[in-house]
Amino acid sequence: MSPSVCLQEMIRVIRGARTQGEERGVIQRECAAIRAQFRQADSGGRSHNLAKLLYVHMLGYPAHFGQMECVRLIASSKYSEKRIGYLGAMMLLDEKQDASLLITNSIKNDLSHSSQHVQSLALCTLACMGSAEMCRDLAPEIERLLKASNSYIKKKAALCAVHIVRKIPELGEMFTPSAHSLLSEKNHGVLHGAVILITELCERNPDNLKQFRKSVPELVQIMKNLVTSGYSPEHNVAGISDPFLQVRILRLLRILGRNNDAASDAMNDLLAQVYSTSKSITTGISFPFHSIHSIYGLYTLYMVKRIGTFLLIIEFSYISMTSLQKIVQTDHTAVQRHRGTIVDCLKDQDASVKRRALELSLALVSAANIRSMMKELLLFLSTCPPELRSHAASGIFNAAERYAPSQRWHIDTILHVLVTAGGDVRDETVPNLIQLITAASELHCYTVHKLYRALISDIVQQSLVQVACWCIGEYGDLLLKGECEEITPMQVTEDDVLDALETVLQSHMSTPTSRGFALTAIMKLSTRITNNVDRIRSVVSIYGSCIDVELQQRAVEYNALFKKYDHMRYFTMSYCTVILEFGCRSRLSLVLGY
Amino acid sequence: MIKAILIFNNHGKPRLSKFYEHYTEDTEQQIIRETFHLVSKRDENVCNFLEGGMLIGGSDNKLIYRHYATLYFVFCVDSSESELGILDLIQVFVETLDKCFENVCELDLIFHVDKVHNILAEMVMGGMVLETNMNEIITQVDAQNKMEKSEAGIAGAPARAVSAVKNMNLPEMPKNINIGDISIKVPNLPSFK
Repeated sequence: MSPSVCLQEMIRVIRGARTQGEERGVIQRECAAIRAQFRQADSGGRSHNLAKLLYVHMLGYPAHFGQMECVRLIASSKYSEKRIGYLGAMMLLDEKQDASLLITNSIKNDLSHSSQHVQSLALCTLACMGSAEMCRDLAPEIERLLKASNSYIKKKAALCAVHIVRKIPELGEMFTPSAHSLLSEKNHGVLHGAVILITELCERNPDNLKQFRKSVPELVQIMKNLVTSGYSPEHNVAGISDPFLQVRILRLLRILGRNNDAASDAMNDLLAQVYSTSKSITTGISFPFHSIHSIYGLYTLYMVKRIGTFLLIIEFSYISMTSLQKIVQTDHTAVQRHRGTIVDCLKDQDASVKRRALELSLALVSAANIRSMMKELLLFLSTCPPELRSHAASGIFNAAERYAPSQRWHIDTILHVLVTAGGDVRDETVPNLIQLITAASELHCYTVHKLYRALISDIVQQSLVQVACWCIGEYGDLLLKGECEEITPMQVTEDDVLDALETVLQSHMSTPTSRGFALTAIMKLSTRITNNVDRIRSVVSIYGSCIDVELQQRAVEYNALFKKYDHMRYFTMSYCTVILEFGCRSRLSLVLGY
Repeated sequence: MIKAILIFNNHGKPRLSKFYEHYTEDTEQQIIRETFHLVSKRDENVCNFLEGGMLIGGSDNKLIYRHYATLYFVFCVDSSESELGILDLIQVFVETLDKCFENVCELDLIFHVDKVHNILAEMVMGGMVLETNMNEIITQVDAQNKMEKSEAGIAGAPARAVSAVKNMNLPEMPKNINIGDISIKVPNLPSFK
């Protein structure tokens, strides 16, 4: 391949490579040739070489040796070389490279070039990768260009100014007067740039808000012209005249009108007009949403109704839910009327829509609708994608805690979540649940029966297993008594209970924490049951030589309890009133003196 | 603000990658791979908006994409941009490419990456939307191309024309062109005084 072959030829050769290794070889040879060419400072074909290098860079191969070449090409006098040089600068250089400072002077010269195309290249590069120092040096130039007579340059200078303001907010004052005057332009591109500049200035510095509120009448006038103007083919998108510009202006009006009655009043008529033109869905799509966003302070109910109809269309359901999320904090009741549709969106196939629907549903839960919402949310939990599970579970717990209509319902809900998604709940769920159960003293019988049933059917969900073991240990006597008011009790013998706990101890699915819970539960049962104390004694002594250190320590302590401190056993193993995870053991430590 | 604009095909090969924030080369390639991974899993009839991956912008980041035949056009934006507006913008971009390349297809994008960059530079600058009027964009791009061509001289001409001129064997061309004996009747003009 001859060195000055053009870009297309190289691409053809690269595409001809049949394996990844072959491609790499081709590219390495090509890069070596390009590097040699750069060193020679050969003037013919330089732009071709840089173009080839940029292509190689896009494919992911290192191209940093082209940085100095970019600087050289930018300084050239030929337009074609400048063009590829600036493109290279945007792709290869950034603020951290020293080479970027070297192009500051070239950019400065090019900003005063006679050809508008060269000026635009410089502006574009400055806006894309200008560092703070470059921006500071060149800000006066940009300010001068904002007043240029050429609208093509003006619009680019406006966006460049936005970049400068982002990098160095203090320089915003320099651009404020020019920004005002740009609003009187006719060219849509310039207006667009001006509105973005003013939005950025207002967001950075609240003082600017006061200044730009004076421009509200002008902005309203521009909007009116756009809304009522006849068909203009160049700016028309789906029947709306320049929706991009309209959306930008509406957003700016929203910022200016926030918390300010005078400005909001000036906008009132306009926004009503805009809202009425946005009624038909088929014309334009982004436009109605932003009109809705802006006027939400004034027309909440209408707007929310409109959003409701949008919810039914798949493209819009995502966006409408995003908008509703923003409103729901301030105006809860208005969004409630769409609860049905939102809950249906939970069943949608689209994962993004499901996520939005989940957040919105959690925000809409209230004391009035807790039972029905919880049913839907629990149904969702069983079918939801794994990445949303833990979010859904914690949301459900929060909602249950705030609005639970009864303790029994609360416990049932938490148990249901543990059965469905026990692996995705947070760690503090277990002690929280234990605390809850202890507090609900009249439900002990019911709870222990339910948990026992869950335990014997499945021991995969560790949080459930832990809570069940603890409960059986504490209230085992209620379980064995075999009578319960709230639920038809199973007839359980002591052997059954001990079998269940031993299964947990021995199963390879149990984590060490669960085993600890099970062992403590077995020990506690020694004071609740009468016939199988020997069985318990033997189990405990077996675990005295277990590999797991934690388990071994417990077993040894319990063994000691049996042997030397049998009289203390009843005391230490009685009902827990202190809600610590290892409440019994701390009492034990007190007794044994360590 | 638009963080990045990516075009890749159905197999994940990048056809255009423009980043408006700085990332290292490795991160850029990772972003392209991750984006492809997220976008290719999407079904045809779900909405065009995705919560983005963690690499580019974190939680404030959205991916807005459109799938045309063999190409995915993906714009990574943050929350300050209107999602539906960006969808419209992608449409305008593709229509502009169609006008500039005459029935654009993937091969055009492969072999003329620099031209696509130039067109994109007229639409999006520094992560912000610059111009959405298709005619205006095309006018500017044409003017720039003309400027380039005028500088290039003979080297800018198509390759076949150049080789034809080079192969033209001037010495061999006949010096005396004999067109045979044609009797041309010359009218009898009066003498001018």
